[in-house]
Amino acid sequence: MRRFAALYAALDGSSGTNARVDALVAYFSDVEAADGAWALHVLLGKQGKRLITGRRLRQICLEESQLPEWLFDDCYAQVGDSAETITLLWSQTGAGTSEPLHNWMEQLLPAAAALEGSEQAEAVRQLWRSLCPAELLVANKLLTGGLRVGVAQGLVVRALAILSGVEEAQLQHRLMGGFKPSAAALTALLASADLAEAVPSRPYPFFLASPLEQQPASPASEWLAEWKFDGIRGQLIRRANEVYLWSRGEELIGTAFPELLAAAGCLADGTVLDGEILVWLTNSNQPAPFAQLQRRLGRKAPGRKLLAECPAAFVAYDLLELGGDDLRQRPLSQRRFALEGLLHDLPETTSTPAAGLLRLSPRLPLTAWEQLEPLRQQAASAAAEGLMLKALASPYLSGRKRGQWWKHKRDPYTLDAVLLYAQAGSGRRANLFTDYTFGLWSAEGELVSFAKAYSGLNDGEITALDRWIRSHTTERFGPVRAVQPLQVFELAFEGLQRSSRHKSGIAVRFPRIARWRQDKPAIEADSLATALALLASQP
Amino acid sequence: MPIPAGCLLERTPQGLYCRAAAAWIDPVVPVPRALITHAHADHARPGCGEYWAVGASEAILRQRLGATINLIPVDYGALHRIGQARVSFHSAGHVLGSAQIRLEAGGESWLVSGDYKRCADPSCAPFESVQADVFITEATFGLPIYRWQSGSKVAGEILSWWQAAPERPSMLFAYAFGKAQRLLAELAAIGVEEEILLHGAVEALMPAYREAGVRLPPTLPMSALGKGESLAGRLVIAPPSAHRSMWMKRFKLPQTAFMSGWMAVRGARRRRGYERGFVMSDHADWPGLIHSVQQSGARQVYVTHGNSDGLARYLREVEGISAEPLEGSGGP
Repeated sequence: MRRFAALYAALDGSSGTNARVDALVAYFSDVEAADGAWALHVLLGKQGKRLITGRRLRQICLEESQLPEWLFDDCYAQVGDSAETITLLWSQTGAGTSEPLHNWMEQLLPAAAALEGSEQAEAVRQLWRSLCPAELLVANKLLTGGLRVGVAQGLVVRALAILSGVEEAQLQHRLMGGFKPSAAALTALLASADLAEAVPSRPYPFFLASPLEQQPASPASEWLAEWKFDGIRGQLIRRANEVYLWSRGEELIGTAFPELLAAAGCLADGTVLDGEILVWLTNSNQPAPFAQLQRRLGRKAPGRKLLAECPAAFVAYDLLELGGDDLRQRPLSQRRFALEGLLHDLPETTSTPAAGLLRLSPRLPLTAWEQLEPLRQQAASAAAEGLMLKALASPYLSGRKRGQWWKHKRDPYTLDAVLLYAQAGSGRRANLFTDYTFGLWSAEGELVSFAKAYSGLNDGEITALDRWIRSHTTERFGPVRAVQPLQVFELAFEGLQRSSRHKSGIAVRFPRIARWRQDKPAIEADSLATALALLASQP
Repeated sequence: MPIPAGCLLERTPQGLYCRAAAAWIDPVVPVPRALITHAHADHARPGCGEYWAVGASEAILRQRLGATINLIPVDYGALHRIGQARVSFHSAGHVLGSAQIRLEAGGESWLVSGDYKRCADPSCAPFESVQADVFITEATFGLPIYRWQSGSKVAGEILSWWQAAPERPSMLFAYAFGKAQRLLAELAAIGVEEEILLHGAVEALMPAYREAGVRLPPTLPMSALGKGESLAGRLVIAPPSAHRSMWMKRFKLPQTAFMSGWMAVRGARRRRGYERGFVMSDHADWPGLIHSVQQSGARQVYVTHGNSDGLARYLREVEGISAEPLEGSGGP
């Protein structure tokens, strides 16, 4: 635990990639495998749900410190992190722990979490008393499940590759589908040969596209254009007479989509498809809006009614494995050809489960670059977010590698809205007002809150707006400040949906700040009526 | 709640005013007579007719406000009659020559803390506990998350940080007046004899500190360093304004750290883009603030600077001391 806390401090303090990789290599090079496995698990952000809520820890801390609750909340507003706030408020400094990390993860922390009431409070304080401040911060973050180190998985994998001599891509693949922290699992991961027998459920690492920066240099005929669908990315695996559906977040989500599992049953063994999960109504020629899919995502096991109202489809755009052979190094043109053949050969009658459920992502007509922009303009009417451009010669790489796969989104919708409320952010935005709520004018001439946005301003604008908010606060509701409705911002977003859960009656998808309209008086901001008209005009 | 009318001190647009002494304390604009707690730029401003300040701050005040200012140097603890008031300056432990100012007239005594700290600092006189009917305290770090370790402990941490990077320059950012010299004195106190490099803004304060007899390690202004001389393994102290400026171009792959009470919070360090933060402040921490209020014996406390609302509320609700923010509520 002591060494892991030191690693955390080292990673937290260094900004350079090399320094971070060095720190990781130094840590993993002589750590006990059982501890290293847990460290890796935590570094990959795979630590599951929290053991104790931040709220409960706050209570346990307050019982001992005798500080009033409002003062804790003031401190939290300054710190922006409850585990860190408690660490700073806990005024006793222990000698430090000699217990290894895996004991903390497997026994000490779960044991404290399993207790209740005053027994739990005393157990937690007992742990706290034994720790020095650096360890206390890490322990609190492990308890609340919120330990985010801010190292990308790629960096951790790079360090492990340096240590073990196993290629990064190979490590990425072995890590797919979940790493169960144990000494044996870490040893197997870093073994030179793939010791673990092939795990049928194991997905391939996803290849991710980057935003298109400029028109590619090669001719348009060397590229495949497809719609960029607004669903969730998935990998559908048919191996060993079983079907597995993975999300990009490496969650098995098959039970939420039983119809897709059933449909994939007609694929031959040793087939892996990469594609988009969408809701697609029978007889419709395009997918339903994302909100429909969201209803499905919220359910572990959907009922018959939901299955009928929001039927899912898997739109395949790549074939990663066929007949048990890994096709990823083949050019996209070959993989696509095989994919077209595969889906074409599926039985087409409505009596088979695959009909309409496994679809081929259509190839859009692109022979010259002049056609690109008109195609992008059509994206909204095809219920797509934009275009995907993939080099026909591209292998299926892993992670986000620029150059071969691009996403080219359609222009977002925009509305001018008025800043109504602000709240301090957390982490590095602690104590800065960075979480904003915006309103539009109602027919009655009142501002109705419409969207929240956190991103889009640069550091200078954030600082200026923070100062403005502090001097134009009209009311405080706990951490939230109401401000004079004077500042107008152009908000960009991907779409609007009717919603009974929002005061405005509208839910906004991916809102962010496009511009601070300091030139515009609040009275000229957009109205709810404009937003409703925009909603009605969406496909 | 503002200060009631008819008190010894009152708030005016120019700053805190004592009618009996016809003097302002740390006025924000030029006034005929100014009583100065210390020489930081937000407390000592140019253009006043007459300055009263502790003798140890005279050199720095003249350097900053003009050599010809009309300055009356006083000793800590000496009682002066100014107009109808009796005025004394008491060490605040903040920086060289810093003072709390006590004023008394008409059977009423007030103590204005200025900026202060209570932990030991080898670069200036220690904080003196003073009693008064009314105490105006600062609250820069008025939250219980701020609790300081001793300066020598932090200096030790800085020394290990510096020594762990023999192949890179170590750039430590700290306020040029006070904090930088305190660190130098703390380093000298734990036995550092190696030459330390200084940014020009830090160097400007060194003569006053050396004159005052503060024990310091050898220092060299960056401007006196030979062209092309290696900076590997050197410790450089610079003001925060130099961070990420053109001035830093000269340093190849430096490790950077900022030394400030604000560094207690990770988010504050990350926002400023420093790799390391060392928690050392020249202001009182939370226990120091509470302790000072209790020791002052004041029946009424006003809180200014920083978390004045929060500290005043805590004093009222938990300590049972009559306390109000000086600026009134609603401030940031």
